[in-house]
This record gives sequence, C-alpha cells and structure tokens, in this order.
Amino acid sequence: MPLRIVVLTKPVPDPAAAAEKLGSDGRLDRAASPAVINGNDEYTLEAALKLVAEHEGEVTLLSMAPPNAVETMRKGLAMGAHKGVLVSDPALAGSDYTSTVAALVAALEGLEYDLVLAGFDTSDGVGGVVGAAIATKLKLPYISSAASIEPDPAAGKVRVKRISPTGFDVLEAPMPALIVGTQLLGEPRYPSLKGIMAARSKEVATKSLADLGLDGGSVGGGVARTKVTGKEKPPARGATQVVRGSAEEGAKAIVELLESRRLI
Amino acid sequence: MPGTIWVVAETNADGSLGKSSTEVATLARTLAEAAKGDAAGIVVAADPKAAADELARYVGRVVAIAEPKADGNAWAQVAAQRAAAILTSESPAAVLTGAGPDGRDVAGTLAALLDRPVLVNATAVAWDGGPSVEMSVFGGKLVTTSTFSDGEWGIVTVRPNVVTAEKAGSAGKVETAKPAGELELPLVPIADRLEEAAAALPIEEARVIVAGGRGVGGEDGFKLVQDIADALGGAVGATRAAVDSGWIPYAQQIGQTGKIVKPQLYLALGVSGAIQHKVGMQTAGTIIGINRDPDAPIAEFADLVVVGDLFEVGKALLEALRSRP
Repeated sequence: MPLRIVVLTKPVPDPAAAAEKLGSDGRLDRAASPAVINGNDEYTLEAALKLVAEHEGEVTLLSMAPPNAVETMRKGLAMGAHKGVLVSDPALAGSDYTSTVAALVAALEGLEYDLVLAGFDTSDGVGGVVGAAIATKLKLPYISSAASIEPDPAAGKVRVKRISPTGFDVLEAPMPALIVGTQLLGEPRYPSLKGIMAARSKEVATKSLADLGLDGGSVGGGVARTKVTGKEKPPARGATQVVRGSAEEGAKAIVELLESRRLI
Repeated sequence: MPGTIWVVAETNADGSLGKSSTEVATLARTLAEAAKGDAAGIVVAADPKAAADELARYVGRVVAIAEPKADGNAWAQVAAQRAAAILTSESPAAVLTGAGPDGRDVAGTLAALLDRPVLVNATAVAWDGGPSVEMSVFGGKLVTTSTFSDGEWGIVTVRPNVVTAEKAGSAGKVETAKPAGELELPLVPIADRLEEAAAALPIEEARVIVAGGRGVGGEDGFKLVQDIADALGGAVGATRAAVDSGWIPYAQQIGQTGKIVKPQLYLALGVSGAIQHKVGMQTAGTIIGINRDPDAPIAEFADLVVVGDLFEVGKALLEALRSRP
C-alpha cells in the first residue's frame, strides 16, 4: 500500500546569509534576505523520502508563502519530493499564527494523505506550535518530538519514537496522523544533479484563498491579533579578549577570568 | 480590566512540578502583581497532587485535575483539553506555558481549541495592559516586542531559563476539579517506554556548560571535555557536527536544532561558533572559547578566546583547576 505524505515546509530567510531585517510594518522584509527551506523541515522531508522509497507512495510539499517561494520549494522537489502545493495570496501577508493555521488546514482539507509531517520549529519564528494547532483543528492523532517514524500502511497505523526526558516513548496512532519530527530522523540528503533537473518539470500548484474556499477578510494582517510594537538590537557583549601563547598561559587567562567573575 | 494570569504546568516523570513550570509560574505571579490581578495554575496528571502542591508555592490558586488518561497516552493534548475546559469558564487575562516540547504542544492545542492568538518563545514579558512579549529573532540579531491586539487575550510560550524561579511568601490554595466530559481529540497511547542512559545533569539546567565541537575530533576528545566539566561542576554540551558524528547523544546538542541554554559559564572547545550554534548559547553569562582558528566566528561574541590546540590548552586548564586550593 503506497503512502501519501504531506511535508510542511516553510521558506525562511537563510540564517547563514544573516541578512534578515524587519520592514517598517514590523513584518519580515522578504526582499532583504535569500530564502531557504527551514532547516528542521529538511529532516522531516528526508524521513518522508525514505518512507516512500520503502513503501512506495508520494511526497507532497505544502508551503504558505509569497509567490516566489516556488523557487525555494524546488530544492525540496530536487531532494525527491513529487509535487508541491503553495498557498499564496496577497491577503495572507502579515498573517499571525491563527491565520497561518487556518490557511494550512484549508489546504490540507483539499489533499489526501496518510501522514502530515512538520519540523520541530522554524528558524525565524522558533514557535513550534503550528503542528499541534493544525492537528487539533483537523482532529488528527498528534505526535511530536519524533526520533523515528514507522508506518504500517496495511494496518493503517504508525509507530513513532518520541524523545522523552528519560529516553523515548514509543507511541502508536492510526493514520492519518500529524507528526512533528526532530533532527534524529536523519541527515537530509543533498539534491543530486538528476534530482535538480527533474525538479524543473515537477508541478507546484499555487492555491489562492478563493481556491481554498477562504474569505480574504478572515485571514492575514488585517485580522492579525498579535502585533510587533518594538524592535531593538540586543545589548552588545563586551569586547573579546584574545590570548595567544603557550597552553599554560591560555589556561591561566581562563582561570583568572573565572576567578574574577566568581565562577570558580 | 485586571483578570487572572494562568499557567498550564508540566510535571516530571516522578509527579513533581517541571522546572520550566516553576519559572513560568514565577513570571505569572510577577505579571499579576503588575496587573493588579491574580495568578493561577492548572495541573493535569493522573495524580496531580504533588505538582499542584508545589505549584501553589508560586501562585495563589491551583486547579488540580486528576485525569487517568494523562498517564499512558501522549500527555500534552489531553492536558490542553482539560485546561481548555477550565479556562473557558474563567476569564483569563493571559495563559502562559513553557516553550519546551510539551509546553509548545499545550500552547498550540489550546490556541486551536479556544481560538486564541499565540506569542512564542518569550525571552522576557512585561505587563502593559496585557503581556508585552520580548522575543529574540533572526539568530539573536534583533529583539522584538509584541503584544496581543486590544481586547484580546492570548497564549504565551516562555523560553526556559529566562526567569529565575522564586516561591511566593505564602502558599496558595489547591482545589481539585474532576475531568468533565469526553476527550474529543484522538488519544495516542504509549506502547512502550525506552530508558536511555541520560546525562547526569540536563544541559538546560546546568550553571556551567563545557561544550565540544568538530575540533574535539572524537569520543576520546569528549573525555577531556567531560573531565573539565566535572572539574567545574558543569554539564557537557556539543555542536550538531559532534552529535552527527556520533560522539555524543543528541540530548546534549545546543543550537538551532538542539537546545537553547543560558548558563552562567559557557566554555567551548573546538567550537567555531557558527550562527546555528550561536543561537543556542549566545545569552550565556560568560563565554570562553578555546580554538585553533583566531578568526572563528566565536571570537566575535566570546568574552575570552584562547588561540591554541584545544587538547594542550584543555589539559593545562584541567591541571590548573585541579591544583587550585
């Protein structure tokens, strides 16, 4: 039995480029920074690709972002995802969590799937609350902090190792289910040249709010219930003392600093 | 409109109150004082008594819900549903949870159940007619302040280690509530529990962290890191590269895809300080790096960088620490 997996992938400003900034409206200035697939979403995508390699099936990327996110999603397609769905609508600009969840829920209602996978959190928002909210709205079984995902498509069940404070809990849920993954799912692959070529002809369907049956006035910045009221640079750390010399001199400098700050 | 600031608490495996909940409850009490309102907490567990009594040392009122299904099933959605029933019959001014894995799940579930907005990963919260929430964004490059819109109350997740837990002068009242009605969200049963040899001290709670990166070179190198940590009474941390190489468990990983820590001392051996690691430790009190490369990014934000071979400097440091009177 083939598996149908939807992987939530968020295009985020590239942390490595370190060019992120907020516009005057307190929203991310998306033109200022190159976008990449959120790092934690690549772990769940990798898990999805391995699962469909084992069970057969199809991996669909689902993003909510401005129209140019199609280019960011190509990397996921180049890694091996079969197709993409991009929820994009000018009315979604400035969405808070509530609107983001509403749009993704509406998109998922139009898709068929056995598993929805989401990353632990995103590098820009660092919230990690969207997965639980979507599962709640769709009344899907929900498992977070997954270290491994083992579906049994014939039995319609999935077994997940969840990281616990003392090791792992092994949880079992019927499918469809929503699972939030972690880095323990395994190192994401790099797209191969063949994969990059193939990604060019893969389909990314763009869905507007109207396509999803949502009213433009019900989501987006206009109805956001959170607002950014201020931004400032964090207090600068003091100057860095650099010590070169013998190992003993280095060790002495460390001990002196620890003593002066009463850390030992 | 002063109302009550609520905390949804997490419990440890032994039934005691989670450390992050002691922090979040302290914050709720501080905010309630500023808002001239009250702070209250909810504990949902099969046997909530111990944690509820403990939570009452921090806030004035605790609702303990004995829910047998909170044990043996994935906890957060069960707890969120029971908490939602309480919160619906109150008029909260705000709801706070931790920003760890369980706290996030509770917050996301509550937000969906109660149709409430969320502000996440707070590094500080003040009260200004409602919570005014500081967050560290873009890898620590910027601190933003956010609020809920006028007249809205919402849910705030609070990062671990940004509040120092402090008990109240007098203990609050604990009331018990029976779980009311069916659980509407699917239960996810725990089929098995696998114990792992855990680190002696969880890194989130350590006052001192000695971390190793790619430069440590292997498991043998981590013995030196461990020895220095022992000498300083601290825990061992690591970068993603060291974890991916299998030198040390994922539980010790610090950074964007690992844990976010704020120890008083962060001593890094062979850690370059790339942005993905930096976001997990940049608010540490004192940061010291031992690194061969003087141009490594860590030199931009450490208090002290010793340029040299980490094994030679590390061993000399160990000797110096051990020979102190």
